[in-house]
Amino acid sequence: MMWPEYITVAALISIGLYGVMAKKNLMKIFIALSLMETGVNLLLITIGYIPGGTAPIENGNFAKYVDPLPQALVLTAIVIGLSVTALALTLLIWYHSKTGTLEYRRGMRW
Amino acid sequence: MNVDWLLTHSPALLIAIPLLAAFLTPVIDRINKKARDAFVIIVLIIAEIIMIALAWDVFTGSAHIYTMGASNPTATIPSQAAVPIRIVLEVDGMGAFMGLISTTVSLAAGFYSLAFVKKETGQGRYYTLLLLMLVGMLGMEFTGDIFNLFVFLEVLSMASAALIAYRFYYGDAVEGAFKYCVVSSLGALMVLFAIGLLYGQYDLLNMAALAKVIEYTTLDKIALVLLIAAFAMKCGAVPMHMWTPDSYTVAPAPITAMLVAASQASLYALFRICFSLYGLTLDVTTVGIIIIALGLLSMFVGVTMALPQKDIKRLMSYHAVSQTGYMLLGVGVGLYLLGKSDFDTYGMAAMEGGIFHIINHALYKGLLFLTAGAIFYKVKTRNLNEMGGLAHSMKFTTIFFMIGALAIAGIPPFNGFASKLLIYESAYHVSPILSIIAMLVSIITLASFVKVFHSAFMGPPMENAEAGEVPKSMIIGMAILTVGIILFGLFPGWVVSNIVHPAAQALAAQAGYIGSVAGGA
Repeated sequence: MMWPEYITVAALISIGLYGVMAKKNLMKIFIALSLMETGVNLLLITIGYIPGGTAPIENGNFAKYVDPLPQALVLTAIVIGLSVTALALTLLIWYHSKTGTLEYRRGMRW
Repeated sequence: MNVDWLLTHSPALLIAIPLLAAFLTPVIDRINKKARDAFVIIVLIIAEIIMIALAWDVFTGSAHIYTMGASNPTATIPSQAAVPIRIVLEVDGMGAFMGLISTTVSLAAGFYSLAFVKKETGQGRYYTLLLLMLVGMLGMEFTGDIFNLFVFLEVLSMASAALIAYRFYYGDAVEGAFKYCVVSSLGALMVLFAIGLLYGQYDLLNMAALAKVIEYTTLDKIALVLLIAAFAMKCGAVPMHMWTPDSYTVAPAPITAMLVAASQASLYALFRICFSLYGLTLDVTTVGIIIIALGLLSMFVGVTMALPQKDIKRLMSYHAVSQTGYMLLGVGVGLYLLGKSDFDTYGMAAMEGGIFHIINHALYKGLLFLTAGAIFYKVKTRNLNEMGGLAHSMKFTTIFFMIGALAIAGIPPFNGFASKLLIYESAYHVSPILSIIAMLVSIITLASFVKVFHSAFMGPPMENAEAGEVPKSMIIGMAILTVGIILFGLFPGWVVSNIVHPAAQALAAQAGYIGSVAGGA
């Protein structure tokens, strides 16, 4: 088993979840979300990884290779994450210019 | 190009046409604004027509399978492989049913938008995102691949979040959009996490192939919890409903109507995961009770939160939460009884009620949000205390509002009554308390809409409001949904047996779903 990887995944996702729920600063909420995303992506990569495996490119010594599909999935997830980042930052810029702060002043209206 | 060819390729075309059109829209916008409006409406009408043809074929025949990138669209499993490795679109009764909702609401929202956003800037981008929302919804409803589901979920979320913030000059629009953005990204990450857990165990992404081998291990349970939590959050069920009022309220009215359909796409994903992916392998009693509990909480908390609201769209948003509860209750009762001997007697009726309520809700709640937008368009406020006497000048809007309000309260000639009656009758067999709460919620709903009707439409005419009715295109948008409400209300028997029953059947019969893609159930 590859415990260090899974522990890192668990740590990243937990820290991210804590940040999203507990922080009041919108920028910090968003950073926590990005942390979580990294954690989930790392999980997918870890699932497909074999210690000592090569890249899945056909050549002479094509005996042991890592699963290419999770890498394709993570690539897609990273691109999606980038669009989320772009949109969220745009929204934060507007929020800052409207309210002059990145904190929730009157608390979240749940 | 003949009809058969069109029908075979329609699942892919329905996603491809709006997707390509979405990115053509800004180009046409550069050339001519009127041409852009016409182009968007034509694309929405084409999508609606193809969807109706496809749905008709699915309801009268069998599910449509479309394998992306294969030489033969129905060959789901390539000859060199044992499992489906390509992205497979699977349009069964339930998918076609949801697709009809999405295209119809989009068409109404498209017409309505023509006048509603006329004075705004950046309309080219507005219509691009509107078409992308349609793509996201249809993609979620058609796909048979769980990672593809995640991708379309994100397409839908991003387009929705950007559109909620469309009127960014209102400070709270940006706030609502950011909240929606965070909530939906969080939900999507949970879905991706669950996909990772499932893929790690079974090396499969195709839902039908997964359903064939799934074993309900501890990891599967964790994945199920993540998926249910994420999709329940995205459809606004109560413990996770906090984003709904904020983002529904601030979005432009046609987008709010689209958001209702978008929430229902998530609801569809929730049902698809429970019924088709896990099916009888999961503990149907426990999961059924959890979904029923979510439904009851949503119904009751939603409607009680709606009562004291003074903002007309915020009030309606809480009602949207409350109505989602009915769908969860109906289908939850179905899930609770799945595989038990009572399923055929009233479990099926409960599922039909819950599924019928999805389309009814999309129609009347969409209509109510559009009338709220019409009021905002004229009086420039959403505060109920500052409006009154609108019935004097806005006759069509008044009639549309009355129809929508009576439908949501479940008054007989309209469609809400038919689906609610199905739910009351069947939930009563499980426990009378479920039906009692459902009826109580219905009564409070009526009370709440009587209040809105009285404060917005009755009384002396307002002095400072623009006189007259809203522009024609907005009336067309509302009329499309009203015609649906009246037709579904007058002929509920035909609708249930020809549209709703195939959808419920497709959801309940897991073997059919697996067999059509992965072969040999």
